[in-house]
Amino acid sequence: MQIYLPIAEVSVNAFLLLGLGGMVGILSGMFGVGGGFLMTPLLFFIGIPPAVAVATEANQIVASSFSGVLAHFRRRTVDIKMGLVLQAGGLIGAALGVVVFNHLKQLGQVDLLVKLCYVVFLGVVGGLMFVESLNALRKSRKPGGAPVRRQRGWVHALPFKMRFRTSGLYISVIPPIMVGVAVGILAAIMGVGGGFIMVPAMIYILGMPTKVVVGTSLFQIILVTGFTTMLHATTNYTVDIVLAVLLLVGGVIGAQIGTRIGTYLKAEQLRILLAIMVLAVCGKLGLDLLIMPDELFSLGVAGGH
Amino acid sequence: MRRLLPLLLCTLFGATALSAADAREEVVLGLSQNRVAITADFDGSEILVFGAVKRETPIPDSAPLEVVVTVSGPSSPVTVRRKEKKLGIWVNADSVLVDSAPSFYAVATSGPFDAVLSDTEDLRHRVSVERAIRSVGAAMNIRDAQEFADAVVRIRQDEGLYSLRPETVSVDQQTLFRTAIDMPANLTEGAYTTRVLLTRGGEVVSTYETEIDVRKVGLERFLYALSREQPFIYGIMSLVIAVLAGWGASAAFQLLRER
Repeated sequence: MQIYLPIAEVSVNAFLLLGLGGMVGILSGMFGVGGGFLMTPLLFFIGIPPAVAVATEANQIVASSFSGVLAHFRRRTVDIKMGLVLQAGGLIGAALGVVVFNHLKQLGQVDLLVKLCYVVFLGVVGGLMFVESLNALRKSRKPGGAPVRRQRGWVHALPFKMRFRTSGLYISVIPPIMVGVAVGILAAIMGVGGGFIMVPAMIYILGMPTKVVVGTSLFQIILVTGFTTMLHATTNYTVDIVLAVLLLVGGVIGAQIGTRIGTYLKAEQLRILLAIMVLAVCGKLGLDLLIMPDELFSLGVAGGH
Repeated sequence: MRRLLPLLLCTLFGATALSAADAREEVVLGLSQNRVAITADFDGSEILVFGAVKRETPIPDSAPLEVVVTVSGPSSPVTVRRKEKKLGIWVNADSVLVDSAPSFYAVATSGPFDAVLSDTEDLRHRVSVERAIRSVGAAMNIRDAQEFADAVVRIRQDEGLYSLRPETVSVDQQTLFRTAIDMPANLTEGAYTTRVLLTRGGEVVSTYETEIDVRKVGLERFLYALSREQPFIYGIMSLVIAVLAGWGASAAFQLLRER
């Protein structure tokens, strides 16, 4: 069934969108990522204009994250205090990101920036996570393997310490705020919630226990992407609500299924799967930049409007 | 002399009027629809363009009558960018502003394009796709500006927005003609100018112009207008829908599990 999207001004198959939403929703629930880093390139691929894809994706992530976070609330695996601290940084980052996005759109380099961001972040994050979880998996196989020790590094030497009861942490608020800013910028520029960078940052930089990471990540993603949606809707007019509804109907159902699958998998297995997926997307985007494109020319609306 | 002048003028005018009427072939046009409504399930449209040639005199026995039909969407400036390999990766480098390019352009002719319309007439009436695009806003440092204009045509052709369809207008006894113009699903709103040109031996003998109105209706119209006029409300509405959908799915699954 074809459906015409009022803002994107293209006609697409409604079932295709539902299916995409469902698939990405499952991943979202399993890993605590919004799934935007997969969905946004997929939307480009089916012919949605990049500006609309980025803005609408932010709105869709609100829905799938909200669906996922409720399940985590019931299991009490959300560190609300940590989420709010991350959030404070996230709002600053999102506002900065939209400014950068609009500036680069006029220069015609927005595609490049978005793709480079993807390649660099996905590559680094995916690589680190893959190596680390492979090691952890090998250790846990050994009988009576050493318990995972929490690192005490530079993070613990900073001032403004705060107690995060749910995570069992007593650390400075500076690293969470910095992580929040970085993720906020990414959310605005890449049309992603930033979960794929937030989750590893929480585990490796902040040292949060894996079981609260997913719920907390989803919790703060809702707020950042909600803010991003509003910014894009009021400055660029690029949020397509029909597209968002189709994606999120599939997405919220998928997220529920994914959250349940996630509880049956071990943390290391979960992380290694996420790492492989992140690296795959990174590899595909990296190749696109290196291989000569079929069409060297691209069209843009003049006047940056 | 005073009496002669009006008489002279009279005969002069009479003669021109007569000769004009003599050679005059006019288009009487019909369209299967003069407005296209973009609804939620809009999946492209086919417009039937048909008509007849009205003439007071017998069919001239010069070159046979040929018909050219063009449909052109609203024009707007377009920035064309070209990628170049820099530091090992492909990035946008040069850009050219094409002053005006139609969002949609279709040309249907009754014969091979070159046979139906001479090059000078094409230039005068801007019939072919290449001529319908106005460029030359190129910066001085870009020598191959034509490549950029060609790129617009090529990219939009691939998207089904530009098309040249020779020999798709059927002409019956040099009087009746008809063709169907396919309009793809990715149309933009606006007035689509529809032109019919009658030619003989490559020369245009008559033109006719009308408009097809393409606009969103119903829900599509409402959402589009809301997003432009009340962006804040639109944004809030998007978020509320997102949160409700998320909550709804979560609650539904909770119910399923408890059962």
